[in-house]
Amino acid sequence: MHPISIIVFAPLLAALVAGLGNRMIGNVAAKSVTTGALFLSAGLSWPIFLGFLGGTETAAVVPVLKWVESGTLSFDWALRVDTLTAIMLVVINSVSALVHLYSWGYMEEDPDQPRFFAYLSLFTFAMLMLVTADNLVQMFFGWEGVGLASYLLIGFWFRKPSAGAAAIKAFVVNRVGDLGFMLGIFGTYLVFQTTSIPEILAAAPAMSGSTITFVGMRLYTMDILCILLFIGAMGKSAQLGLHTWLPDAMEGPTPVSALIHAATMVTAGVFMLCRLSPMFETAPTALMIVTIIGAATCFFAATIGTTQWDIKRVIAYSTCSQLGYMFFAAGVGAYGAAMFHLFTHAFFKALLFLGAGSVIHAMHHEQDMRYYGGLRKHIPLTFYAMLAGTLAITGLGVYHLGAGFAGFWSKDAILEVAFARGNGAGQAAFWAGAGAALLTSFYSWRLMFLTFWGKPRWAQSEHIQHAVHDGHHDGDHHNPPKQEHAGHDAVHDVPSADDHEGTAGYHPHESPVSMLIPLGVLTLGAIAAGQVFAPAFLDSAAFWNGSIFYNEALIHAMHAVPYWVKYTAFVVMILGFAGAYLAYIARPDIPGKFVATFGALHNFVYRKWYFDELYDALFVKPAFAFGRWFWQLGDVGTIDRFGPNGIAWVVDRSATAAKSIQSGYVYTYALIMLLGLVAAVTYVLL
Amino acid sequence: MIGIEHYLTVGAILFVLGVLGIFLNRKNVIVILMAVELILLAVNINLVAFSAFLQDLTGQVFAMLVLTVAAAEAAIGLAILVIYFRTRGSIAVDDINRMKG
Repeated sequence: MHPISIIVFAPLLAALVAGLGNRMIGNVAAKSVTTGALFLSAGLSWPIFLGFLGGTETAAVVPVLKWVESGTLSFDWALRVDTLTAIMLVVINSVSALVHLYSWGYMEEDPDQPRFFAYLSLFTFAMLMLVTADNLVQMFFGWEGVGLASYLLIGFWFRKPSAGAAAIKAFVVNRVGDLGFMLGIFGTYLVFQTTSIPEILAAAPAMSGSTITFVGMRLYTMDILCILLFIGAMGKSAQLGLHTWLPDAMEGPTPVSALIHAATMVTAGVFMLCRLSPMFETAPTALMIVTIIGAATCFFAATIGTTQWDIKRVIAYSTCSQLGYMFFAAGVGAYGAAMFHLFTHAFFKALLFLGAGSVIHAMHHEQDMRYYGGLRKHIPLTFYAMLAGTLAITGLGVYHLGAGFAGFWSKDAILEVAFARGNGAGQAAFWAGAGAALLTSFYSWRLMFLTFWGKPRWAQSEHIQHAVHDGHHDGDHHNPPKQEHAGHDAVHDVPSADDHEGTAGYHPHESPVSMLIPLGVLTLGAIAAGQVFAPAFLDSAAFWNGSIFYNEALIHAMHAVPYWVKYTAFVVMILGFAGAYLAYIARPDIPGKFVATFGALHNFVYRKWYFDELYDALFVKPAFAFGRWFWQLGDVGTIDRFGPNGIAWVVDRSATAAKSIQSGYVYTYALIMLLGLVAAVTYVLL
Repeated sequence: MIGIEHYLTVGAILFVLGVLGIFLNRKNVIVILMAVELILLAVNINLVAFSAFLQDLTGQVFAMLVLTVAAAEAAIGLAILVIYFRTRGSIAVDDINRMKG
């Protein structure tokens, strides 16, 4: 038996046990089962990945069940394992296993832990089904399963109206993309008469240049198919236009954010693009659109990241921006670089989110960075983890030393390859990507400076005040600052910002071990993942072994770009760091002045380019109006009026009429009896 | 010559009078009892008339039966009326309106 079956179905089994057992089996059992299953899956995934890396493993398809056999349409449940899948297996299972472990600490006080862990495992299972898919329909199954699980997890705290709204938003926006994906699958079947991915990829080059009629226009077949599929990818991977659900998804618990952003869900679009890369290669227009959308998303999301105050939202927009990198890398034809960035990004983004979760945990669920400050002395381990994550995402590394953090290897490769592509879209993507790298460095260091440097500012935070009044802080923190010990008890009940330099007598405490272990593991990944795996991902056609479209010439061109291109990312990273240092450490008055001077610009970016408002006006309000119209005129005015209400009215009136017959007078009854008799006799005689 | 049709006409007139007596009277219940008697007598006339016409005694036997039943019915009806008057103090038709389900 191939281990892939265990890898895929262990999380499902665990999800069923934890989800159906729920309160019956208790918290510890549910958590152990799911976490154990995920660690088992992760443990089995790594040998497969390393096998592909070493060239000992070969691609395989493990059949599971017959699924549909209807006329010419036939497809099975089957698990496909090749290099591309192996990478995703490692990413998904490692991050998910660490997120499970992390949740032991993070969700400690939650009353619904079995449900949470069941959802997490179900999410992982859906994503595994997606990445092991051998045909487009099974991929769609995983695609929808991921959508469902994300809906459940974002709305996990469903008693909070904003969480429910965010869950619905994520589901509906994804549905828009799914429609494109479905149309893409239908179209692919129409053109190729099969849903099997290898057969489609084999047949795709022959279809290049053929045309098809779609919505009344004559279009290139492959372009239209790829664009439809890409719309699906845009929805799942939160690209410009369909990105609005991603920041709102922050309503879910923080481990969920880490899972969504690093391993499951948003990487699905990039994966699909790479899986179908030979098909996309036959559609130049579609690739150009992918490049432009990716580059636009990458820059656009980075601008928003610079203005947000919520620590999780900053990281959320950074994900959106990094996904843009992956898409334009795929768009210019460097699928290996896209997958490499997905791989490294999974480590440092999971690290950043779990680190942020640790900060939030320490700060009693305060998420506003304006109420942080000076935390590096209080939660040093989280600080070092976050520092590694920040260095990785900003891409610290020097080309000539041949050393750097994870992000340096993948992001720089993407920028170089976009430049090396040599077409207009590639150039535009290079400059947008360089701009985004500047902004990435700025907002990442802004996050670090606001959170870990400066003086404590949390006295004004409602969460902290709440915590202090409830006596939640009880001195069991690991690193109490010495100067604050004096008089601590005296002011225990009356916290005062002046006495405590803005701490209000609250001491953030370091997170429990179950949260620190994942941080440690991911820190290693964020530091080393790029350095170790760069040669295989970027330069080795043998490693990919035909699982993606590998453009040898493009990779050579990538290595041959001028030095100024190779150092662009480094320079903008330094500039971004300097900018953040200037604005948030050296001269803290600059941001205020900037906002005062460029109020309109800042507002535009701060309000996320008014996308939510635009969609609200374009889609949500008309939908409400339409719904109200149907409700008032269609339902109340027609169906209810002539249906239930109408019948009730008729019954009421006829009963009133019938009531008058029953007068209580003998002679009335006698008359009716007579009439009845006459009627009966007439009937019998006639 | 007085034929069967004349008897039947008288019977029909008596029957209709009886029926109308039940519905149109607004005075008292005794009139209803009388109207019922009238209807029974109209039926009796028909029975006897057909009996003579068809040379069949069965009709006359039935007429005797009806007379007996009518007498019994009148006796019971009047007894009920007496009881009713004692309890309610009135036998006006318009006061008897409590027969509602």
